[in-house]
Amino acid sequence: MKGGFVKNLPKVYGLYTGGFAVFILIMAIAEQAGVSAKNIGVMFVAFTVLIYAFIGYLSRTVQVDAYYVAGRQVPTVFNGMATAADWMSGASFVALAGGVYFGGYTYMAFLVGWTGGYVLVATLLAPYLRKFGCYTVPDFIGTRYGGNLVRACSVFVLFIASFTYVTAQINATGTIASRALGIPFELGVWVGLISILICSMLGGMRAVTWTQVAQYIVLIIAYLLPVFWISNKIGGGVFPHLMLGDEVARLGDLEQQFGLVKNSAADMKAAGVPGGLKYISGPHSGVPDGGAAVWKYLSLAICMMVGTASLPHILMRYFTTPSVKAARKSVAWSLFFIFLLYSSAPMLATLSKLALMDPNLPTGIIGKSIAEVQQIAWVQNWSAVKQVFIADFNGDGILQLNEWFMRGDVVVLATPEVAGLPFVISGLVFAGGMAAAMSTADGLVLAISNALSHDIYYKIVNPKADTAKRLIVARVLLVIIGAAGAYIASFRLTSILGSVAWAFDFAMSGLFFPLVLGVWWKRATRQGAIAGIVTGILSGLFYLLWVYPKFSVPIFGQVNEPFLYIDHLRFGLIGAPVCLVTMVVVSLMTKEPDAATQAMVDATRIPTGKAVLGKQH
Amino acid sequence: MSNKDAYWNKTKNHMIVTLVLWAFFSLVIFMFGSELNTMSFLGYPLAYYMTAQGSLLAFVVMLFWTANKQEKIDEEHGFSEREDD
Repeated sequence: MKGGFVKNLPKVYGLYTGGFAVFILIMAIAEQAGVSAKNIGVMFVAFTVLIYAFIGYLSRTVQVDAYYVAGRQVPTVFNGMATAADWMSGASFVALAGGVYFGGYTYMAFLVGWTGGYVLVATLLAPYLRKFGCYTVPDFIGTRYGGNLVRACSVFVLFIASFTYVTAQINATGTIASRALGIPFELGVWVGLISILICSMLGGMRAVTWTQVAQYIVLIIAYLLPVFWISNKIGGGVFPHLMLGDEVARLGDLEQQFGLVKNSAADMKAAGVPGGLKYISGPHSGVPDGGAAVWKYLSLAICMMVGTASLPHILMRYFTTPSVKAARKSVAWSLFFIFLLYSSAPMLATLSKLALMDPNLPTGIIGKSIAEVQQIAWVQNWSAVKQVFIADFNGDGILQLNEWFMRGDVVVLATPEVAGLPFVISGLVFAGGMAAAMSTADGLVLAISNALSHDIYYKIVNPKADTAKRLIVARVLLVIIGAAGAYIASFRLTSILGSVAWAFDFAMSGLFFPLVLGVWWKRATRQGAIAGIVTGILSGLFYLLWVYPKFSVPIFGQVNEPFLYIDHLRFGLIGAPVCLVTMVVVSLMTKEPDAATQAMVDATRIPTGKAVLGKQH
Repeated sequence: MSNKDAYWNKTKNHMIVTLVLWAFFSLVIFMFGSELNTMSFLGYPLAYYMTAQGSLLAFVVMLFWTANKQEKIDEEHGFSEREDD
């Protein structure tokens, strides 16, 4: 039956995609027939979440290797889709285009960072970890270096990095669920959590894999359809990715015409601009001058790339392929599927900016009279929920570029409405955002609970536990971790928890070099790895506390100036080098690893032959 | 030199070549962002194009190329996996 299922995958997901297209059509007809926008949003989210839950139920399992690594039989292309869904979070889906919209070229260091990291994954790690045969990332570190202490240290880093990330994801799930279903945010968080757990609890990695493929299909349709539609509607061209050159140039002209003005903090405070809303003050495609700007761009890209290659919930996806060869190809497919969305975000930002800024377009609002703009339906709707704001600083009654404030998420969530697309598209976008947030949260919660159940419980606490007991512990931990994430998310601490970028910096500080040197440097020893992980994560953490004003003011009583522009988004640049140096120095000072360990590394480097860790371990 | 060592040397060299290409598309070209932006590609300023799409596409192509090349190295040294493994 299993072989049959894998063989039939293209047919199964083909049918699923067709079914989803029919559902979109039915919703479009329902809209014409007078079903309210709110009900269409509810139906989109409810229908897709029910399907994921159904897939999760069908994928239930009682086998350890199915629970931890989906039985290692996920075909290359499907694993690529699952990884892409695992990777692209709710934040990527709703906030990326907004980031480009406000940040322009400077912000796009994130795009390069979040894709370039996969080159490191493919060349340095994925195929070797696949050959090793581990169930979790700490499983590799614990076996390669030997000993419970190094295993526990790597679980600690995994926990910090993934938990920082997961609260943001559950928060995003809650936000989207609450907006689409019209329920309070606190309730939305728990609805989101239950949806996430249904997908992962019964079948572990196997269930998460097959739901993530389904979620990828929904999220990519939901992202690309509006981009192509809007582009054609406002005359951007049939294929926006290749044809928006003139539009980008036009934005440069419009920036000149309206002027890029920086508002003073005092003005914004006096006008009562709600928190989190931004305005355009930098060029869209222009490169800022000076070495500092170049260094800021490069340092951010480096942190995101190295962080990508250290994030356990991504690395563990490559444990599920049938072979080493398939793991390599699968990384390439993952990046291809990620590229489809990431290369569209700047196009969406361009179109959205042009729709608002170009006075020749019917949708343009900049340069019009404020009284007139305030009459527009979507402006009223989004103003009511404090997502957009107008402040007439110069009192001329005309909306200037620096007088229009907007939350970044609005670019994705409202552009279809702004460009006059039917509401069915907005409903689809909600379903896509929900899919993106759920799939990432699933992967993260599973990464944490698997590390705790396999590496801490089974490998350290109770190595005699039987299969049934191991899987019960794994599921109980899954629920506890999910609930803890939802509990924290329900306090809306995002302003304190900071950015998802922190997860990358934490992972890079404590895991990148122990993983890479574990494969590429035979001389790396247990003591070196322990010292590297501990000093790396602690120095990174200490630097974050020192440099981030919200922490440094209560702790040190002052705001500290970042060292070499390394701010709180880039603290991995402190942690990772400390980790590398300590690990190399301590390794060279301690005794060379024994022959068995050297043989283990040799086996890891060659695709054929037995895995270091057997099928059941 | 044993077959395993020869295989690993080739793999290492291949890794280095891939990482040099990677560093070129992710870091080197963005050191010259202002200069590149005076040129254009498909009508986009070049540095803008590279960060929005070009480098991303280069990474995708690079990964398929690197996986195929590594498979050839596997075959040459007899470390190619059987399909039914």
